[in-house]
Amino acid sequence: MIPDQLKDYPEAAALDASFPDAITGGHGERGERTLFIAPPKIAEVCRYLKDAQGFVRLSGITAVDWYPADPRFEVVYLLHSLEKNARLRLKCWVSEAGAEIDSVTPVWRAANWYEREVFDLFGIRFRNHPDLRRILMPTDWEGHPLRKDYPVHGYKYSYGGE
Amino acid sequence: MRETEIHTDTITAEAAEETVHPPAPPPGVARRMTLNMGPQHPSTHGVLRVVLELDGETIITAVPDIGFLHTGIEKECEAKTWQQAVTLTDRVDYLANLSNNLVYALAVEKLIGDIEIPAKAQWMRVMLTEFSRLNSHLVWLGTHALDIGAMTVFFYCFREREDILRIFEMFSGQRMMTSYIRIGGLALEPPRGWQQRVGKFINAFPSKVDEYEELLNANPIWKVRTQGVGMAPLEDLLDLGVTGPMIRAAGVAWDVRKNEPYSSYEKFDFDICTETGNDVWSRYRVRLGELRQSARIIKQALEGMPEGAWQADAPKIVLPEREKMKTQMEALIHHFKIVTEGFRVPAGEVYQAVESPRGEIGYYVVSNGTSRPYRVFMRTPSFGNLQALPALLEGRLLADSIAALGSMDFVLGDTDR
Repeated sequence: MIPDQLKDYPEAAALDASFPDAITGGHGERGERTLFIAPPKIAEVCRYLKDAQGFVRLSGITAVDWYPADPRFEVVYLLHSLEKNARLRLKCWVSEAGAEIDSVTPVWRAANWYEREVFDLFGIRFRNHPDLRRILMPTDWEGHPLRKDYPVHGYKYSYGGE
Repeated sequence: MRETEIHTDTITAEAAEETVHPPAPPPGVARRMTLNMGPQHPSTHGVLRVVLELDGETIITAVPDIGFLHTGIEKECEAKTWQQAVTLTDRVDYLANLSNNLVYALAVEKLIGDIEIPAKAQWMRVMLTEFSRLNSHLVWLGTHALDIGAMTVFFYCFREREDILRIFEMFSGQRMMTSYIRIGGLALEPPRGWQQRVGKFINAFPSKVDEYEELLNANPIWKVRTQGVGMAPLEDLLDLGVTGPMIRAAGVAWDVRKNEPYSSYEKFDFDICTETGNDVWSRYRVRLGELRQSARIIKQALEGMPEGAWQADAPKIVLPEREKMKTQMEALIHHFKIVTEGFRVPAGEVYQAVESPRGEIGYYVVSNGTSRPYRVFMRTPSFGNLQALPALLEGRLLADSIAALGSMDFVLGDTDR
């Protein structure tokens, strides 16, 4: 299903033709294109966009925590095509229970560290990731700091004699 | 440095049997060595640890270990009001503070939607971010030459850098943590006499770049240590997310300032510097070219600086003038609201990219309609570029690792945020 705002966007139509159930929504607000992708399809959709649609660059992967909503997490993929000079944003909803999605590191090697970062800071696991371990926080850290239910000052330490 | 640790005085013969040793290499093959480079190595310019596995002097694997400078800036942004978070963006990359101020301000202004930034503020933003490019490239050139053994260049580069920092101080009151670019325009009115100060610097600057070239271009040691060093296939670099001078030195003419112009860059006349060598030398040539191009942009900004306001006409976002605040009830109310609660930003999300000295900085900012950012993701160029480090080092000589590492021009604060 192609969202109304992206009707005249050829990539969305091509993607919809190749993967009929992959697009679950999207919008083109503020001139930026966003497509919601069914989570099980993300790896093959990315492979297709890279190989057939010229999105050779992955600018980054991040997540947004919409606690206490369910599904809780939005995983955001920022794609960029040099030849078309275009950007595209893909999003997948991931529930807190299990919190797992396929890795796109086999598609772009750049995804490696970004997925490790999302795992580190949000606790979302990536299936088939070659080396899924913490990247910014210490290896023995407890909790995932960018979750909304994680206090800014952390759990463990108190400051100023509190 | 670690090879095999054997504490002969404390272990018995039986225990020694059980102790795990690396398998003995086949006869005639040297044992591999694991070398821990950093985290406090001067050439890593920050706190970066690289675990190198060596076969003789050849690097077999290189595993970067980052996170030592993680300060949770993205998390802290969520606890600040929209305008307060500007001060945190300074601290991301201490050599390109203004580029980070700019990308954040542009992203939030795009979210707000109905706010028009006056031409003078836009041009001023361009001029100052180009100064921060000069600042960053000068620090890079000086310290990189120092790493490779050409000490003199450092003093020349830092001489000019000092002038730039003084210009920043003149504008914002701060040498490094400027926070000068704010949502809605600039923090302060440009100071009296800035034209003379900037003019004096920028007229002399091209001859200074000639001096750096004179010191390095014909220097045989510099040439041998940079030409043909630190190469990796372009496809690998793109696949690994490398941006900025690194890929321009591999022949990709991609620059956010040209390809997705922001803050009226389309009105300036400048060229994208590219080289095709894809080695440390080419990166040096690209950055030197960018010094000249930035000087060109600054000169155009100086000569064509529009007159008029330096802040948007948006009383609910921009703080009122002191005079108005004392005399007008409405201005006083706006001041109170902005200071105590902050302004609200319509719900939505944007991704804004700008060209920092190191490559693409992109901020992905999400608002849920309140007076604080819901999520600020900083796509920093150092993080993206550093991921390509193993591709540059593996299979090469240990002695070249310093040149390759330095040529990437990363800032560890920018990597770890």
